[in-house]
Amino acid sequence: MSSTTVPPLSTSAPQVGAKHRMPFGRWFTEIGWRHVIGVLAVIFAVFPILFVVSASLNPSGSLTSAGLVPTQGVTFDHYAAMLSGERANFLRWYLNTIIVCGVVAIGQVFLSLLAAYAFSRFRFRGRRGGMLAVLLVMMFPAILSMIAVYTMISDLGDAVPMLGLNTLAGYIAVLMGGAFGQVWLLKGFFDTIPKSLDEAAIIDGASHWQTFTRILVPSMTPILATTILLALVGSMSEFLIGSIFLTDDSKKTLAVGMYGMFSSDRSNNLGVFAAGSVMVMIPVIVLYQFLQRYIVGGSTAGAVKG
Amino acid sequence: MTSTHAPVHRTRSTSVPAMVTRILVLGITLAVTVFIAPVLISQQSWMWLTVLLLSAAGIFALYSTKRFVPGKYLFPGTFFLSIFLILPIILTVGYSFTNYGDGTRGTKEQAIGSIVANSVQQSPDAPRYAMTVATTGTAAEGPFELFLVDPDDGTVYRGDTENALEEVPAGDVTVAEGRVTDVDGLTVLNAAEVNAVYNDLIELTVPVDDSSAVRPLGVNQAFVGTTVLQYDEGADTITDTATGEVFTVGLLGDEEYFVDSDGQRAFSQSWLQSVGLSNYERLFTNPTVAGQFFSAFVWTLVFAAGSVLLTFALGFALALILNDRRLKGRRIYRSILIMPYAIPGFISLLVWSNFYNQEFGLINQTLGLNLNWFGDPTLAQTAVLLTNLWMGFPYMFIVSTGALQAIPDELTEAARMDGASPLQATSKIVLPLLLVAVAPLLVSSFAFNFNNFNAIELLTGGGPFPDGSGRGSTDILISMVYRIAFGGSGADFGFASAVSVCLFILTGVLAAIQFRFTNVLEDVN
Repeated sequence: MSSTTVPPLSTSAPQVGAKHRMPFGRWFTEIGWRHVIGVLAVIFAVFPILFVVSASLNPSGSLTSAGLVPTQGVTFDHYAAMLSGERANFLRWYLNTIIVCGVVAIGQVFLSLLAAYAFSRFRFRGRRGGMLAVLLVMMFPAILSMIAVYTMISDLGDAVPMLGLNTLAGYIAVLMGGAFGQVWLLKGFFDTIPKSLDEAAIIDGASHWQTFTRILVPSMTPILATTILLALVGSMSEFLIGSIFLTDDSKKTLAVGMYGMFSSDRSNNLGVFAAGSVMVMIPVIVLYQFLQRYIVGGSTAGAVKG
Repeated sequence: MTSTHAPVHRTRSTSVPAMVTRILVLGITLAVTVFIAPVLISQQSWMWLTVLLLSAAGIFALYSTKRFVPGKYLFPGTFFLSIFLILPIILTVGYSFTNYGDGTRGTKEQAIGSIVANSVQQSPDAPRYAMTVATTGTAAEGPFELFLVDPDDGTVYRGDTENALEEVPAGDVTVAEGRVTDVDGLTVLNAAEVNAVYNDLIELTVPVDDSSAVRPLGVNQAFVGTTVLQYDEGADTITDTATGEVFTVGLLGDEEYFVDSDGQRAFSQSWLQSVGLSNYERLFTNPTVAGQFFSAFVWTLVFAAGSVLLTFALGFALALILNDRRLKGRRIYRSILIMPYAIPGFISLLVWSNFYNQEFGLINQTLGLNLNWFGDPTLAQTAVLLTNLWMGFPYMFIVSTGALQAIPDELTEAARMDGASPLQATSKIVLPLLLVAVAPLLVSSFAFNFNNFNAIELLTGGGPFPDGSGRGSTDILISMVYRIAFGGSGADFGFASAVSVCLFILTGVLAAIQFRFTNVLEDVN
């Protein structure tokens, strides 16, 4: 994998700490300017985040007075308004999002994991064709067939109300259509685990299921956590199907609910919207920083496989 | 020396938990099938019945025996994939040959019912009821259902355009002062809400039987009247009992309607029917529609290619600049630059949509401009690309950093020794090597942006819409389909499906290109 483990090569240029030894002019032309660009990039990357945080603390809560720093003092009123449910059904949406995205992310990764195990460890007729078919079908996400999906779930809801439009279960079912999204990535990881490991287990009397659950899956825990996180954040932003399915306020996810709240009065709802955004962003950013190492590796490996 | 592991069974006999799980899975499958199948039959939902029976058969075939082990692992994901990705694609292709849409969702019988019910005329002695409007949807959109209370005996009735009037068991509704005030599971509209939808309401007709129907009279009363029109099933005609005029089924364009003796359309109602290739004809031959489709296609390509190029250029440049071993704080830069990638996309897009506000937006204020970003097509497209650059460059930065670190330093050093300038070493040695590694990522990023609905809908909503046309200047193909199918002005599912089918074909072409680039066909081992 990409590595921070490459041993430092001896280069003609001096190593860290050299800036005191070389004249400023040379330091700047070789290294210093990189900091200038780096700082500019950091400003570009974080200014929208600063803006949200500032808007969420700004007492007026409207776009007219919003800036990168809260100039009119600091208040937590917008947070209170969101958490108390006074301005929007925020906590309900938050809960719905956790349910939907949690089930979908774990479900997708689990089903992908099962299939990846089969593709990596068994040899059977149609295996190659099956893998290519998975790759091809996953190129056509459910949003491309939104009309058919809408009609199907609407019909299903007439017979089984639990799975109809405006239910989390129906919405989850449709998102589970992407169940094989991570098959190729995970198969790649299975392939890196030596087969002698499962052969030893089989000789010891383990079944294929025991080999899978007790030997292979535990050795992939970090990458599974990362894959689940990526799937989770991916499904959090699902908006199209959510917006046509979930029309009842108590059934909305954060994406659908916050869009509706925000677009109903863009300039005056900015404060509460920003407060909500901060509460959604923080856990995800923290998790990303935590799993950063694996994300960097996974993003390359996964996408190379498709 | 014996193993320190706990003893495991050495036989391959089925363990007890495995047996219990198997019985449980099969039992639940059977129970669900037996429970749901009759409901699906009564709803005439043949497609779902087929899905149910096939799935149950599959589960029994795979999990009741020990044969075909890979199938046991592949089935669960395949189940969802088939039902929610493959089946919808097939259905969409089917819809694209029909007139499916608002007003044509129903069958011919339903259309006739609605035509006949709409001809209700009030007779002088018609009974009047106290009317309450309720809905399962929203107060503004409906669908509406009427609840009527007979003033003479207090009997409560309910009905809507599709379901004939029927008596309601007393327990389901709350009646106060002679009218229904609350209904289990439905929202009752208050006076203001009823007023707001009065124009829709006054068109509402609830059939009672073949020759009479209920229509609203004002906002809180309804009457039962007799229908002037009568349908003759044997002749498939509708007769006006007042004038004696007969209407027959005739073909107008590609759709069947009831027409008068001159062949003119007599009623607006139509029904779900096949229209052959006419949706595709409209898409490619109607100059306005074809023009919209073509410009959406071109913009989709520009948007997807532009997003990939911009994000890659910035991400790669930053990776190159910040990947110097002598640079302090590389990890900090990386941690911060990854942040836009970590924020859920819908939040980023909604936040960015504020920045383009003409009067108060951050961009105009900071740069001292007065640009109407979302009012001008070119500016709106620029805004979309700029926002997508912000959202996408961290990914390209991460990927390029990883790929750069995998390129041995000796290569650039050798080039430098042979007299190459740093720029030459980068463009002639590093970039080609890196492109080999990231080319597949660029293609998949292109494919992702090709159908990146959120980037358009949450930022500009497709706008601006010059001269009230159906497609906005920033609408890509997928958001154009959304607007035709679920936009404000009458759903045209059949036509939207035809556009979707074109989108399938284009996505298929993309998939083919991606397969070539990733050499995936040789890669399967």
